[in-house]
Amino acid sequence: MSTVATAQTKWWGGGKSPFNVEYGKVMMWYFLMSDTFTFAGFLLAYGSVRFSANSWPDANEVYNSFPFAPEGTHAPLIFVSIMTFILILSSVTMVLAVQAGHHNNKKAVVRNLILTILGGIAFLSCQAWEWTHLYHEGAWWGRNPFLNVDGTPGAVNFTNFFFTITGFHGFHVFTGVLINIIMLIMTLNNTFEKRGHYLMIEKAGLYWHFVDLVWVFVFTCFYLI
Amino acid sequence: MEYTTTPPSQAQYEAAKKEIIKVTWVLSVLTVIELMLGFWLYKSPEMSEGMRWAVKGVIIILMLAKAFYIVAYFMHLKHELKNFIMTIVLPIISFIWIVFSFLHDGNSYKELRNDYNPHPHIKVQKTTTPAHGVEGKK
Repeated sequence: MSTVATAQTKWWGGGKSPFNVEYGKVMMWYFLMSDTFTFAGFLLAYGSVRFSANSWPDANEVYNSFPFAPEGTHAPLIFVSIMTFILILSSVTMVLAVQAGHHNNKKAVVRNLILTILGGIAFLSCQAWEWTHLYHEGAWWGRNPFLNVDGTPGAVNFTNFFFTITGFHGFHVFTGVLINIIMLIMTLNNTFEKRGHYLMIEKAGLYWHFVDLVWVFVFTCFYLI
Repeated sequence: MEYTTTPPSQAQYEAAKKEIIKVTWVLSVLTVIELMLGFWLYKSPEMSEGMRWAVKGVIIILMLAKAFYIVAYFMHLKHELKNFIMTIVLPIISFIWIVFSFLHDGNSYKELRNDYNPHPHIKVQKTTTPAHGVEGKK
């Protein structure tokens, strides 16, 4: 445990970080708060529009295939579960990388960063397949070939919101993978060995966990409820 | 600005890894339960509207539990100073109200749109007598 908190400590007296957290880490947390509000705005817009619609497509009729499945496969929730587990496991390897950094274990940091990057690339590939599959079924911004539950032509906001929100999330995963690759290169070049600490990996880890967190919400709102 | 930290001992390292493995299992179990509930919703078209919303409510609670575990343990927030935790948690508490108000607003929009009458002063009555005489005859 790295926190030191005693009743006598004067946290706001100057000369030390009042939260006992390095400045860069505090700023990363507050950047993530702002990003949380961005995604919250998107999801709230989705919720309001869906609540204002008389009917909406059934997610289990729309997202019901997976790669290399035969034509006409009807298997909802399978592919998205795989995507969710990939992202959760990549978050676990990221935490293990951060912990290895605390222990100055460069080999474990490298191994876990590589696993995290592979997880991120796997997730992006799955999402790219999902987008391509839906596109070939006729869905895109402004086009919704799926019917609402009550039989009326599908609300076009269904696909609008899906592509916009998963697009923003996918973009965050993509930048997260890039940041992790940079972290890997820095680790291999002994930048952190020379600095004496792996705090930068922690900050990249916070961003990566945020990406996983957003997916928990996006996956629930679009696929489950 | 000084940021004081002591590198963990081997024992603390092992304990920390154990905690992460435990949280991983918790997240996996929560996800599997969510998926089972989602699958149940899909397989039960005859389920009543009230029951559907109850199941969706449980899924939402599980989602929030997952969010708590990721933020508290993976992002390490639980082990930070109380004041720092509050700077993150208190703004998020405000979201409880914003979610309710936006969904309520959307629902109100639906009802207003469904009940909209562009000509409220013109009374429309349905009758059984045909408007233009009997069909087929002049």
